[in-house]
Amino acid sequence: MSEEIIQDVIIGESEDYIINLGPQHPSTHGVLRLEVCLKGETVKYLNPHVGYIHRGIEKMCEAITYQQIIHLTDRMDYLSAHMNNEAVCMVVEDALQVEVPERVKYIRTILDELNRLASHQLWWCAFGMDLGALTTFFYGLRDREHILDIFEESFGSRLLHSFNTPGGLMHDVHPNFQKRIKDFIKYFREKLPEYDQLLTGNIIFQNRAKGIGYMSKETAIGYGVTGPSGRGSNFSCDIRKIAPYGVYDKVQFNEILETGCDTFARYKVRMAEMWESLSILEQLVDNIPEGDFTAKMKPVVKLPAGEYFRRVETARGELAVYVVSDGNKNPYRMRFRTPNFSNLFVMNEIASGYKIADLIAISGSLDLVIPDIDR
Amino acid sequence: MLSRQELTDIIRIFEPDAEFPEGTQLLEVIVPAEKIFALAEKLKSDQKTAFNYLINETAVDFLTHMTVVYHLESTEFRHLIVLKSILSDRENPAIDSFTALYPTAEYFEREIFDLFGIRFNNHPNLKRLFLEDDYGYPLRKDFRDEINIIER
Repeated sequence: MSEEIIQDVIIGESEDYIINLGPQHPSTHGVLRLEVCLKGETVKYLNPHVGYIHRGIEKMCEAITYQQIIHLTDRMDYLSAHMNNEAVCMVVEDALQVEVPERVKYIRTILDELNRLASHQLWWCAFGMDLGALTTFFYGLRDREHILDIFEESFGSRLLHSFNTPGGLMHDVHPNFQKRIKDFIKYFREKLPEYDQLLTGNIIFQNRAKGIGYMSKETAIGYGVTGPSGRGSNFSCDIRKIAPYGVYDKVQFNEILETGCDTFARYKVRMAEMWESLSILEQLVDNIPEGDFTAKMKPVVKLPAGEYFRRVETARGELAVYVVSDGNKNPYRMRFRTPNFSNLFVMNEIASGYKIADLIAISGSLDLVIPDIDR
Repeated sequence: MLSRQELTDIIRIFEPDAEFPEGTQLLEVIVPAEKIFALAEKLKSDQKTAFNYLINETAVDFLTHMTVVYHLESTEFRHLIVLKSILSDRENPAIDSFTALYPTAEYFEREIFDLFGIRFNNHPNLKRLFLEDDYGYPLRKDFRDEINIIER
C-alpha cells in the first residue's frame, strides 16, 4: 500500500513565489526575462536576465572597418537607427578633424528629429496597448507610416537606414524630401492633439499611470537613467543641450523636464518632446543649404592612434561611443554605452513595492529596446 | 564648469600619485588600482568637483596589461573626466567596485567581468551578465573561438 503524500499548496500572502516574465512576453518588447519575486500581487524584487540576443557587436567591430560598423549600430537600438549611425560618424569625423558640410548637418538633424518622432509614436502606441488601450496602436502606426514613407523614398529602407557614412551621407536626399516633411508637419500637428484626447486625459489610463514607479532624481542620476525617462525625474540630461552637435545650437527648443518622477511624468515628457521635435523640424526644413552631401574622405578610413569619445541623444537617452584606435583601419576597441542598458537596471529599484500590473506600466514607460541592452 | 587645468590641480591634491597624459581629447587621469576608489569618493563628495554621474565604465585589453576606464560627469557643473587604472596582472585582474558610489556600476562591472574576466572587490552580485559560466572572456585579445570567429 503506497503511502499517501499530502502536500500543502500555499497560495497568496503567506509565501513568496517567483514568476518569470518573459523571455517571450509581449510587454517586455523583446527577448528579456524578468525574474519577479511576488508576495501576493506585490513585487518584492525583480531580477532582469539579459543576453538572449547578445551578438557581440563590440567584438565584431574590432574586425571590420568604420564604414561597416555603421551598419551594425543600426541593429542596436533599431528605433533610433539614425542617431546611432551619427554617433559613430561623429567619432570618426572628430578624430580625423573633418568638417562636414552645412547641408549634411541640417539633414542629419532633421533625420534625428524625424527618427525621434517615429520612435515616440511607436512608444506611445505600444504603451497604450500595454495598459489595455488597443486603439492607440492603430493611431500611432497610422502616423508613423508617414515618416517611414519619407525614409523609404530617400534611403530605400524604412527602419535600418544606414544613411550616414563618415564624412557625410550615403547620397543626397530625394527632391521631394522637403515637401513631404512639410506635408507631414501639417498633418501631424492636426493628429497629435488626438493622442491627448484619446489617452492622456483618459481617467482609466491616468489612474494606472499616476503615482506608479516613483524614481527620484538621485536614483535617476545614480543609475544613469537618461533620455525622457530621466527627464521625467527632473534630471537634466539632454545631450542636444549639453554638448550640441549637428545644428542643435542654431534652433530654438526646450529641454522638457517634469518633476512628477512617476510613470505619468515620463509619459508627459515624451508627449511634449513630440511637439518640440515638430517645432525643430519646422525651423530647419526650409533652411537646408545647398552644397555637397559629403565631405571629401579617403576610401580607407584610419583613425590616428588615440582615444575618442562622443555622445549623442537618441530617442531613449544618452548613447556614448568610446573608441580606442591603434592607427589601423579597424578600431582596437569599440565601446557603446547604450541608453537602454542603464535604463533597464533601474527597474528593481522603481518597481519594488508596486503591483505586478504596475510593473507592465513601468517597463512600458522606460521604453526599452532589448537589442540595445544586449548588443 | 572647471577648466582642465583647475581640475588637474584639484586632483593632484586629492591623489599625488595620479598621472595626467598629454594630448588627449578629454582630461585623463591614471591612478593605481588600489587608490581609484578613494579618489572617486573624493571627486564625488567634493563640492567643487561633484562628479555624481558615471556615464560609462569599460575595460580595454592591451595583451600586456588591462585598463579599466571610467567616464565621469558632474550633472551640476558639466565637466567631464576619464579615470583610468592599469591592471598589469592579466591572469587574475582585480579592482575595487564602484557600486557603492554609483549604483549603475553594478551592471557595467558585471558586463566587464563577463567579457574581460576582471574581478571587482566588494561587488554585491558578481555574476556573468550575458554569457554562460564556462564561456571564455571574448573581449580579451587572445580569445579564440574556432567555431564562431573566422580568422582573416
